[in-house]
Amino acid sequence: MKRRKRSASDRVFMIVNHMIAFFFLIGCLYPLWFVVIASVSDPSLVTSGQVFLWPKKINLIGYQTMLEQKEIWIGYKNTILYTAVGTAYNLCLTIPAAYALSVRTLPFRRFFNMFFLVTMFIGGGMIPTYLLIKNLRLINTFWVMVIPGGVGAWNLILCRNFFTENIPLELKDATRIDGGSEFAIFFRVVLPLSKAILAVMLLFFAVGHWNSFRSALLYIRDTDRYPLPLVLRNLLMKSTVTDDLSSSGISMNRLLGMQGLKYCVIIVASLPVLVLYPFIQKYFVKGVMVGSVKG
Amino acid sequence: MQLKRHWQLYVFLIPAVVSMAVFHYGPMYGLILAFKDYKPYLGYLGSPWVGFKNFMRFFQSNRFTQVMSNTMILSAYSMIASFPLPIVLAVCLNYVPSVRLKKTVQNITYAPHFVSTVVVVSMLNIFFARDYGLVNNIREMLGLERILYMGSTTAFRHLYVWSGVWQGVGWSSVIYFSSLSAIDETLHDVAQVDGASIIQRIRYIDLPMLKPTIVTLLILRTGDLLSVGFDKVYLMQNSLNSPVSEVISTYTYSMGIGSQQYGYSVAIGMFESVVNLIMVLTVNQISKKLSETSVW
Repeated sequence: MKRRKRSASDRVFMIVNHMIAFFFLIGCLYPLWFVVIASVSDPSLVTSGQVFLWPKKINLIGYQTMLEQKEIWIGYKNTILYTAVGTAYNLCLTIPAAYALSVRTLPFRRFFNMFFLVTMFIGGGMIPTYLLIKNLRLINTFWVMVIPGGVGAWNLILCRNFFTENIPLELKDATRIDGGSEFAIFFRVVLPLSKAILAVMLLFFAVGHWNSFRSALLYIRDTDRYPLPLVLRNLLMKSTVTDDLSSSGISMNRLLGMQGLKYCVIIVASLPVLVLYPFIQKYFVKGVMVGSVKG
Repeated sequence: MQLKRHWQLYVFLIPAVVSMAVFHYGPMYGLILAFKDYKPYLGYLGSPWVGFKNFMRFFQSNRFTQVMSNTMILSAYSMIASFPLPIVLAVCLNYVPSVRLKKTVQNITYAPHFVSTVVVVSMLNIFFARDYGLVNNIREMLGLERILYMGSTTAFRHLYVWSGVWQGVGWSSVIYFSSLSAIDETLHDVAQVDGASIIQRIRYIDLPMLKPTIVTLLILRTGDLLSVGFDKVYLMQNSLNSPVSEVISTYTYSMGIGSQQYGYSVAIGMFESVVNLIMVLTVNQISKKLSETSVW
């Protein structure tokens, strides 16, 4: 685009526009930034409101306190397991099915498309699902965190659209003429061309499992099996409302440790996603763009 | 030959179909409990039919008005606050000339989307805590008194909605941003030659191009009018703010899982989904008539 001389109104617009952009930037960044600086500052300065922009009196008492909290590490271990196994299971179910749906000659293709699409709008809801899981004796098992969410309509359709739009028919036909089976086409032609969608799906599923809270709340009883979000909630929520009201009877040092701990736990729980985030961000965006609900 | 191919495709398809049938269609069978007085020892089929008794009980209960209005207010407020801002952000960034600034703003505004609900609510709890929270510390500096935000019935909705905006604004702008970048550059060039200001270009080029996307998303969003997400409300709920924070989903949870009144809670959940379905279908019909944009 050629640069033209801007009119006065356009110059005003550009200034306001930059202000809006910075407003969004600061608004989204500051809460995260504050958690980071608060986690490494002296908790007493944080609680008395002296830390705003930069860490003060670098202090790792919060992280030390966290090291002593056994349930956090158990939760961490559980979440990693649920995420790894759950993501693998999701991929094994979703990717092949999405490919099958993208093949235009599949008999009853319309029926299967509807079969999945409908689930975006109707379902049994929380209690019937709970009763089903209970009747299947899945409550409080490892597998309840993996199996029930095996396929989701949204991701399946996203993936199917990718296959329909990005895998050239000629390539598949060439393999067919050479006598390759559908299995061969899928593994040798389709998968190698689909790294972008595989990455997107992997990340969608993994972040979903990592952050998932509700199924653990509903279906997990033993604290030994709690995933990190549930541990976090018990640690943070249960304490905050009450210690706002009374916080006597514990040693000052302990109290400060517990105060710092809150920020540190948030950091540690979000760290894997936030560290990976800059690398995977472009795939996520791609994922949103491939998907349109129209089927 | 054809048969063999299809057999192989079905091998790919069947596991997903089974999973969906069991865990998504399976619970739909449980919806019959809404019309039954469910006794676990009698089973789904053995429990006696009671017609619409469970529904009537909900409509007539003294919680009905409260739960319904809480849900709709929270949902409508959340929609009004969170719907336009991503569009503003996308249009705004579209006119930022520096690619680096654009990328930075995008990357940073997307980040909160990946923070889990539990963490967001924890952050709210910490930032708005009465005795040590950042917000109350600032209030004190300004000479204002400290407020117990997390237990406040007036603050609950604002906290819920604006933390939601914080989480979603960047991520929801992606779709608009990609529609904007798909606009043919020559349109803008021609408009510039004709002396159109940026505001005019937004008004007559960008917004009309975004309209189908906006309408589609609005339809989908309207369908959710009665389903305020469970997780965040549940996590933010406490005995102090429950007069405004009890919504249909949390009420269903506490009736079903908490007090084990299964028939009653299934009926409430079913009422919610039926209303939502009717909403989507209606809005979709209306929009089809008015603007020829529909989800289907």
